[in-house]
Amino acid sequence: MGYKAKFRVWRGEGGEGKLEDFTVEVNEGEVVLDIIHRLQATQAPDLAVRWNCKAGKCGSCSMEINGKPRLGCMTRMSTFTEDETITVTPMRTFPVIKDLVTDVSFNYQKAREIPSFTPPASVKPGEYRMQQIDVERSQEFRKCIECFMCNNVCHVIRDHEENKTNFAGPRFLMRIAELDMHPYDVADRKDAAQEEHGLGYCNITKCCTEVCPEHIKITDNALIPMKERVVDRRYDPLVWLGNKIFKRSGSGSKG
Amino acid sequence: MEIERHEYDVVVIGAGGAGLRAAIEARQQGKRTAIVCKSLFGKAHTVMAEGGAAAAMGNVNSDDNWMVHFRDTMRGGKFLNNWRMAELHAKEAPDRVWELEAWGALFDRTKDGKISQRNFGGHEYPRLAHVGDRTGLELIRTLQQRVVALQQEDEKLHGDAEAYIKVFQECTVTRLLKSGDAISGAFGYWRENGRLILFDAPAIVLATGGIGKSYVVTSNSWEYTGDGHALALLAGAKLINMEFIQFHPTGMVWPPSVRGILVTESVRGDGGVLRNSEGRRFMFDYIPDVFKDKYATTEEEGDRWYTDQANNRRPPELLPRDEVARAINAEVKAGRGSPQGGVYLDVSTRLPAAEIIRRLPSMHHQFKELADVDITKEPMQVGPTCHYIMGGVEVDADTGAAAVPGLFAAGEVSGGMHGSNRLGGNSLSDLLVFGRRAGAGASAYVDGLKARPAVSEESVAAAKAEALAPLERDGENPYEVHHELQRTMNELVGIIRNAGEVTQALEAVEKLKERAKGAGAAGGRIYNPGWHLALDLRNMLLVSECVARAALLREESRGGHTRDDFPGMSAEWRRRLLVCGASPDGSAVTVEEKAQPAMRDDLITLFDRAELKKYITEEELADFDALVRE
Ligand SMILES: Cc1cc2nc3c(=O)[nH]c(=O)nc-3n(C[C@H](O)[C@H](O)[C@H](O)COP(=O)(O)OP(=O)(O)OC[C@H]3O[C@@H](n4cnc5c(N)ncnc54)[C@H](O)[C@@H]3O)c2cc1C
Ligand code: SF4
Ligand code: SF4
Ligand code: FES
Repeated sequence: MGYKAKFRVWRGEGGEGKLEDFTVEVNEGEVVLDIIHRLQATQAPDLAVRWNCKAGKCGSCSMEINGKPRLGCMTRMSTFTEDETITVTPMRTFPVIKDLVTDVSFNYQKAREIPSFTPPASVKPGEYRMQQIDVERSQEFRKCIECFMCNNVCHVIRDHEENKTNFAGPRFLMRIAELDMHPYDVADRKDAAQEEHGLGYCNITKCCTEVCPEHIKITDNALIPMKERVVDRRYDPLVWLGNKIFKRSGSGSKG
Repeated sequence: MEIERHEYDVVVIGAGGAGLRAAIEARQQGKRTAIVCKSLFGKAHTVMAEGGAAAAMGNVNSDDNWMVHFRDTMRGGKFLNNWRMAELHAKEAPDRVWELEAWGALFDRTKDGKISQRNFGGHEYPRLAHVGDRTGLELIRTLQQRVVALQQEDEKLHGDAEAYIKVFQECTVTRLLKSGDAISGAFGYWRENGRLILFDAPAIVLATGGIGKSYVVTSNSWEYTGDGHALALLAGAKLINMEFIQFHPTGMVWPPSVRGILVTESVRGDGGVLRNSEGRRFMFDYIPDVFKDKYATTEEEGDRWYTDQANNRRPPELLPRDEVARAINAEVKAGRGSPQGGVYLDVSTRLPAAEIIRRLPSMHHQFKELADVDITKEPMQVGPTCHYIMGGVEVDADTGAAAVPGLFAAGEVSGGMHGSNRLGGNSLSDLLVFGRRAGAGASAYVDGLKARPAVSEESVAAAKAEALAPLERDGENPYEVHHELQRTMNELVGIIRNAGEVTQALEAVEKLKERAKGAGAAGGRIYNPGWHLALDLRNMLLVSECVARAALLREESRGGHTRDDFPGMSAEWRRRLLVCGASPDGSAVTVEEKAQPAMRDDLITLFDRAELKKYITEEELADFDALVRE
């Protein structure tokens, strides 16, 4: 059952650091986060790592394991062979604070740049009526646990610091799609998606979808449809006009 | 080193459901509000809640209303609840849920387009608003997005998004500061860089959640070190009902590293059944007398209930949590447990696979990823796990005010609402109802102040010395002390208790307190978890002592407190609350008895005499009879 695994963990603060080698016990059923915790408890009490739920629900423990963005709490040790060296590094797209902890404030900044849910003023709390089928699309996106691994992996910003100002990243482009598909949202989001939040930068490589621990089809269900909505808007004046009128009537069934 | 300093009207400690709802309220009332939390914004414990938020909206069964919900809540808490809180909660929960919808929440729907509601243990009708089994995520994200919406408003109005509401994330408060009797601020440190931070504020809302990290087997995260409970105590407030801890009947038992992680009650609400190693649905053997007429006595009736609730009684798998947890404990002790020391929870033979995946997606995911178990094909193994503390800061029901002027509390850190046992789903609604009320209470308090209390330099110096002490020591690894505390509480003040073991636990805690004083933290101040834990130990030890002391005094069994040396429920004890206090340095923990105020006439008459008789004294019953005769 138990064996000793070889770990290489990034240690360092601010811009500096290096991979440090550890040999550490592994027991049946454990996940990578357990091993990091064992290191804390036995060999490196000041090893920094974020976590909360240990069940894939909070999105705190994002890290890169053998170069792949993963949740530490959902990566079972049994997916590695016993003689493999497991390399654990912080998310690459965000500045490192210490060890495995990165400064993810980029994401909170972007969240604030997206205009909030805008229901028609006439609908009072308790009066909302929506069919399951109409909420399901946005519900899929609301499964997001904000692990920010999709933003971490997206090539538009992964190695291009300069794009960060103009690109919200898949997480928040998906947030725009979520609101645009909300049956009661009356804000006009299409132009802004393209012009302010950088939807156009996305060239649908689907890397974001691949890493999403919630298995949200970010590219297929959010980004591509959102691109289509933008295009429809731009080339079809009738659709554009129709949307406007529809929205003003505040009927609460849209898109 | 310089201490960073900020001035606010209201400082909310905690960014879970209760804290965010309180902060939103304070900001909506025009108060300059800070939210301080230990994790990133949006990651608080509330995110883990699965099943739903209880609110008698009557969308699925129109017979539901606040009175039924009130009765269920009181019953669940074995009539020890603060009835005023239970009343406010039942009356206001629907508005709070609808308000979330207006802020963008997308709950699952009924056929006619309303918010769908699901069954849960102890609730007479389908009552839990939910989104699959990730309701907590929806709740916290909606509130988080509401905070962002308010910030966007402030950006437009004042050119500064953080002018009226600002989040201080990954920041831990270690002391509340007082000037004379009243709150004057809070002191803490940034987890990220170890810098110290001071808030000048006349009103503080505690919304720090629970204490589960004092136990080994728990569904709670590292945040649950009882900080708010301890901060309140050290500031001179009182804690009530600390002996009542909810052990959720269904935590994962295997693999060891995930032991304790929650398996939502929705599994049972949606048809899952409990079996022992002999294949028997053993819950039928554990229906207590007080619930005999409310639960099915045969499997056939229980099964019919899922489709026809008007003509059948509910299956005993849906008894309140304390009953189910004790039953599982007893089965395992009697040698009828599963190989890994739990019992079987099976939904695979009860629902089609597609339906299981649709209704319980995160359970399906969790078991598959963490235990290699496909719940659509095989049963889960489950056992009790420390889940929720009913006890907490004693507050005024209407305003959330604690005994210390300027101190407010809401959510899991407050006590009273749930009595001796909380019903599933009643926490999320509690957060919203009392979060809002505490935010309003704090705002009104600030409005009524003539002058702001000033923070004294001595109190800051003392708080600073206390916070930095572990860094200056080269003592024992704090993880060792923590593990020992967890083992002690789990084994000696767990689900079944007795005087001897609890006394032993108190002795052990006393020794651990000494060891904690010597625990040191190697490394620097930048994101140093060893240092953080060394500071958390003070809180966990203090809270554990309260739990154990109260548990020793209460010589009866009720809800989340079971004494095998006093197995019965006592009507006399129902009238008594145990109130904990401590001195400012955390020594001299006291527990005093206090009379539980009698229920208001119009509320007690919502119950049948026959039911009350099971809980209240002859004397109280006579008063009730007189009341009814009037
Ligand atoms: C797995 C699980 C499932 C659950 N499912 C349900 C359910 O379906 N329905 C239901 O009603 N209830 C459920 N509960 C219970 C419910 O989720 C909790 O009781 C509730 O979320 C607590 O909310 P809160 O706002 O009081 O605190 P939390 O959400 O825990 O937030 C506490 C906040 O306080 C902060 N904090 C703590 N200490 C400090 C400090 N010293 N300084 C600064 N900040 C601090 C934390 O960082 C955090 O932000 C569940 C609980 C668990 C564990
Ligand atoms: S699909 Fe678009 S958003 Fe996703 S990773 Fe590729 S470029 Fe980035
Ligand atoms: S969309 Fe998926 S990958 Fe991106 S932040 Fe949300 S959960 Fe993480
Ligand atoms: S700890 Fe919550 S997702 Fe890993």
